[in-house]
Amino acid sequence: MFELLGIPPQALFGQLLLGLINGSFYAILSLGLAVIFGLLNIINFTHGAQYMLGAFVAWMLLTYLGIGYWWALLIVPVVVGITGIIIERLLISRLYHLDHLYGLLLTFGLALIIQGVLRNQYGISGLPYAIPPQLAGGQNLGFMFLPNYRGWVVVASLVVCLGTWFVIEKTRLGAYLRAATENPTLVGAFGINVPRMITLTYGFGVALAAFAGVLAAPIYSVNPNMGADLIIVVFAVVVIGGMGSILGAIVTGFGLGLIEGLTKVFYPEASSVAIFVIMAVVLLVKPAGLFGRTA
Amino acid sequence: MAEAATAPRAQTSPARDPLLSVRNLEAWYGESHVLHGVSFDVYPGEVVTLLGRNGAGKTTTLKSVMGILPKRKGSVVFQGKELMHVPARYVAREGIAFCPEERGIFSSLSVEENLMLPPQVKPGGMTVEQIFELFPNLKERLSSQGTKLSGGEQQMLAIGRILRTGAKMLLLDEPTEGLAPVIIQQIGRTIARLKNEGFTIVLVEQNFRFASTVADRHYVVEQGRVIDEIANNELEANLEKLHAYLGV
Repeated sequence: MFELLGIPPQALFGQLLLGLINGSFYAILSLGLAVIFGLLNIINFTHGAQYMLGAFVAWMLLTYLGIGYWWALLIVPVVVGITGIIIERLLISRLYHLDHLYGLLLTFGLALIIQGVLRNQYGISGLPYAIPPQLAGGQNLGFMFLPNYRGWVVVASLVVCLGTWFVIEKTRLGAYLRAATENPTLVGAFGINVPRMITLTYGFGVALAAFAGVLAAPIYSVNPNMGADLIIVVFAVVVIGGMGSILGAIVTGFGLGLIEGLTKVFYPEASSVAIFVIMAVVLLVKPAGLFGRTA
Repeated sequence: MAEAATAPRAQTSPARDPLLSVRNLEAWYGESHVLHGVSFDVYPGEVVTLLGRNGAGKTTTLKSVMGILPKRKGSVVFQGKELMHVPARYVAREGIAFCPEERGIFSSLSVEENLMLPPQVKPGGMTVEQIFELFPNLKERLSSQGTKLSGGEQQMLAIGRILRTGAKMLLLDEPTEGLAPVIIQQIGRTIARLKNEGFTIVLVEQNFRFASTVADRHYVVEQGRVIDEIANNELEANLEKLHAYLGV
């Protein structure tokens, strides 16, 4: 059996795949954060809890209503997105004229409340969610074994990320969004309903997080802390990619997942800090982030 | 009572109902009280300028009419409708379009996206072809980034994009500022052409020589009030007074 730099290929590709899976979640989550931050100027600290809520609602649909994975993939983003819309209308919209810090405190508090309620109800041991039968099993690619579901996660998140990028960068709706991100007052003076656009954008960003949560449910156990663990890394990804940059969020998400995977192969001790080291370096060298625009 | 609130009227004002009627308009930037009761009328098909020194309140007047400033009071009646208590997007939908002093070209949008951004609010706006006829430069640069255009082209784009919307009343804030004389002439010809096509235009200007080439009437704004009105054909006779107002 051949080896690569003293590493068996199964281990290398296995870790690269794991990195790609993590990267998929980083990409979808940081994309949602970037879209929300761009238009609302709010760092949505509830994002991790909304991702977790996505996984939980999928589990509830299955457990209480017998609604399976594929329907959950459609229903959950809509349901959780609507809770996002309610939160924006009821709470966040009252803070736009205040300092960023208030939005941060509010969304952080909301995250704690959502996590607390679910922890109280379901404990922290984690609930099982089975891989849908259509995606059970895997493929032997010769150099590695690819579980079907993991391949699906990478493909689905790529499609969602690129679809979002396309809508924002290439359509009329996206042009409204980009214009309102730059100068909401003038866009309003053209007759466009900017407050409604802000609400829907927040709802969309939250729906992205919930979609990621459904994708994650069969891989990670469904538990109230799953978002809190992930979101810290995602914030680092957003900082590295550049706040508010759509393409930056996607590329950095997948890229850092891979880098994290490689670190696990070559120097496992550093794997959990690799992303934060990169963040520190990027902040020193290019404070606006790799894809960020300096004002 | 009502007399005091009425704008000064020159004899040349057409004896029709005004399209836009502004009365006792007051506005604030935060705590600072900027407009102290601006009153003026604009009649259909007219080009009217607001002249005045820097900081007199001309731009603030346009922004207050448009509903962009949150803190304001008084009355803004357009086509018989009171617009004082509605946000800017409703003002736009009534058919008033605003071209800001800083032009407001979006850097993350291409020229074409900038041009197509303002939604149509009324039927009968100009077609894109008609806009290209006015500003041929734009046609060749459609895929460029909006802010990569020259200052003059950005001004043309800023004016061009509000002609599509069907709004018949245009508020133009210093469209000639910082532009070369040849471009200023082109903007002047454009304004004359738009007047011919039936647009009603309120123009904020510092440059009254330019204003005199395009406008029917001039209102002089000072310290947040309209203090005088001069018909364009009386401008020569009032030059001395105007110089005193504008400090030129």
